[in-house]
Amino acid sequence: MPHKAFAWFILPSALAMILFIALPLVSIVVQSLYIEHPQVLTQVESCSPFGGCTMETRVDAAATAALRDAQPLGRFNGLGTYFNRSHLATREIATILKDTDGIADSLRRIYQLPFYRALLFTLCYTAVVTPLGMLAGFWIALAVNRIPAVLKGPVIFVSLLPMIITPLIGSLVIYWMVNSRGILGNLLQWVTQDPTLSIAASGPLTWLTLFLYGIWIAAPFSFVVFYAGLQTVPQDTLESAMIDGANRWERVRFVIIPHLVPLATFVALVQLMDNFRVLEPIIGFNAQASATSLSFSIYNDLQAENGQLFASAAATSLLTIALLIVLLFPVLIRTWRDFSRKSAH
Amino acid sequence: MTKLLTVSAAALLSALPVMALAECGISDAGSVRILANDFGALDLVMERATSCASDTLSVSVNQTEEHKNLQVPALSINPAEYTVAVIANNSLPPLLNEGLVQPLDDLVAEYGAQLTPQQIIRIDGKIMAIAFMVNGMHLFTRADLLEEAGIESTPTTWAEVLDAAEAIRSQGILEYPLAGAYAPGWELAEEFVNMYSASGAPFFKAGTAEPAINSEAGVTVLETMKALTAYMDPDYLSIGSLEASKMWGAGEVAMMNLWASQAGPLIDADGDYPEIAPNTVLTAAPTLGDAGIPAGALFWDGFSIASNISDEDAAASFQVMMHAIAPDLATEHPTGASWMIDGYVPTDNAVGIMANVSSGGVAYPTLPYMGLMHSALGNELVDYLQGKESAQEALAGVEAAYTAAAQERGYLN
Repeated sequence: MPHKAFAWFILPSALAMILFIALPLVSIVVQSLYIEHPQVLTQVESCSPFGGCTMETRVDAAATAALRDAQPLGRFNGLGTYFNRSHLATREIATILKDTDGIADSLRRIYQLPFYRALLFTLCYTAVVTPLGMLAGFWIALAVNRIPAVLKGPVIFVSLLPMIITPLIGSLVIYWMVNSRGILGNLLQWVTQDPTLSIAASGPLTWLTLFLYGIWIAAPFSFVVFYAGLQTVPQDTLESAMIDGANRWERVRFVIIPHLVPLATFVALVQLMDNFRVLEPIIGFNAQASATSLSFSIYNDLQAENGQLFASAAATSLLTIALLIVLLFPVLIRTWRDFSRKSAH
Repeated sequence: MTKLLTVSAAALLSALPVMALAECGISDAGSVRILANDFGALDLVMERATSCASDTLSVSVNQTEEHKNLQVPALSINPAEYTVAVIANNSLPPLLNEGLVQPLDDLVAEYGAQLTPQQIIRIDGKIMAIAFMVNGMHLFTRADLLEEAGIESTPTTWAEVLDAAEAIRSQGILEYPLAGAYAPGWELAEEFVNMYSASGAPFFKAGTAEPAINSEAGVTVLETMKALTAYMDPDYLSIGSLEASKMWGAGEVAMMNLWASQAGPLIDADGDYPEIAPNTVLTAAPTLGDAGIPAGALFWDGFSIASNISDEDAAASFQVMMHAIAPDLATEHPTGASWMIDGYVPTDNAVGIMANVSSGGVAYPTLPYMGLMHSALGNELVDYLQGKESAQEALAGVEAAYTAAAQERGYLN
């Protein structure tokens, strides 16, 4: 394609990317560096049904608005927001490390800090759900590939169900089932003979439920991609493996898996990004008492009843992006290697 | 998660403009858009408001428990998404802070003849809101269960509540005799605020926005809360006030501190709970320590009119709300809530909240930065209740989270 034609061809997507990805990103970077102007407080008389008229502290809305009009971005705070307690909490960590009762105590206290608590869950969720979800999807694909053609349609439909259901609704449904009054929660109490057992009240069980839910919802995507990939496995290679005496497992291990590795890299990339931004299950399962994620922190900052904390949300977003880049680096390097190897052929 | 279900149901059912014949004699045209919290007493008010819709006057209502999160962004835009914000004393400051609601003096002079002086909320000499009901948390007790456990008088302090709970449990009457709205977030924070108000200690250092809850009083409050949770269903951290009131109706609970606005159905002997209702006794919230203040901060519920709307819509909105909270409301639904409307005679369901008022209940603090404190409490207390940190650590955590937010919002340097 001549350069000019290519430029015209790519122009719409390039424009859209600048408009919807690059510019918002710039705006987030800028917003994370500013905090609001000092509020102008005044004492005014206010009268309410209880306690009659008293002098109360109020915000002088007009004066505060004037400050805001003069400098709409607010006060420059540099990287202050990144290092405050809601984010990297460097000062708090320094204090914890200074007067500590051993590593366990320090770790416990660091875990009380909102950012690290969210980070730990997000990382664990990504680390557990990504491989297991892919494995589950691969297993379903192998199974579906072997069943008779009549059953294929219905089985594929059922396996895709988790993908069709909105995550929020799916998690709500399961939440009510595992609730201590729900059918699964009750069953668990009956099986363990422990009437006080409650998934919602136990941190580890909540995490486990969220992980299982995550695998359930992540499996269909891997399944679809791997199932498509299975249709491209060269039949003659498979047949020669059979003639060489390879059993079913060996055929999967030495023919199918190597054939699907490039696909797996792609699935891993997508799933890593998907799982790293986990939010809906935490809300659906009412699990914020024992699990919060980075996305949940952003959601929380933007939901505040006192107006949104934009700088805080922007800082968390950028930290999330930075972490995601670190996390994706090995996968990206792999993709690039695969790509350059192929083009060298 | 009933919250989200209610949101979507409310959005589906009530966000559509309701067109009906005008019943309330408003000739003005306009668009009235109301944002309100979602509980029984407000349903009655909203029902009357929507009945005003006509061919020229559209009335739409969005009732959701998320209203506090929606109101500031929704009223900041011009024209505002809602013309009326149904608020309480705790949710008015965020709107005042941003100047999002307008003075109502002219509208009150023109259309507000029905209002009593008590209903008028005046700030810096200007009328900024109209109140129509009192609310707050107070004690609900089951007389039959207490009697069975051999407790003769209704508990009046939290220590007595704990003793009574132990008596009920040890005699095998109920394993979990207590309930409360301990769901993390606003409700859990409200439990703390109620009890801390009862200690008489200030939330902030005098004259500043600096927090002062990491004190002996704060520790006592947390320890009392934790002691209470030992007698609650193990799932207590996922139970909010709506669930708690259902558990009460199901007869699973002997004592709870809950909203006065939820009392109506629970004491209605001809209603949904004929066995529970006659034995339900309402009294003032228990006190903590020597201060003698009931642990149920007082709220008024009312409404304000948005700033960023046309004068026609403002006038139409005010008239619709005047019809909604007309004296008829109190005579038609005397047990709907503790109305602050002319002609209301307190009924059985208001006994508890009236007891709070008469025994020295204090109003929920309306400082501009109280909302940030409330949010910090809602997020930071969970670990303590789960036994993962000490009371001092939890309170230090609340103060630090509050400080970070207050710095970003410009209340602290």
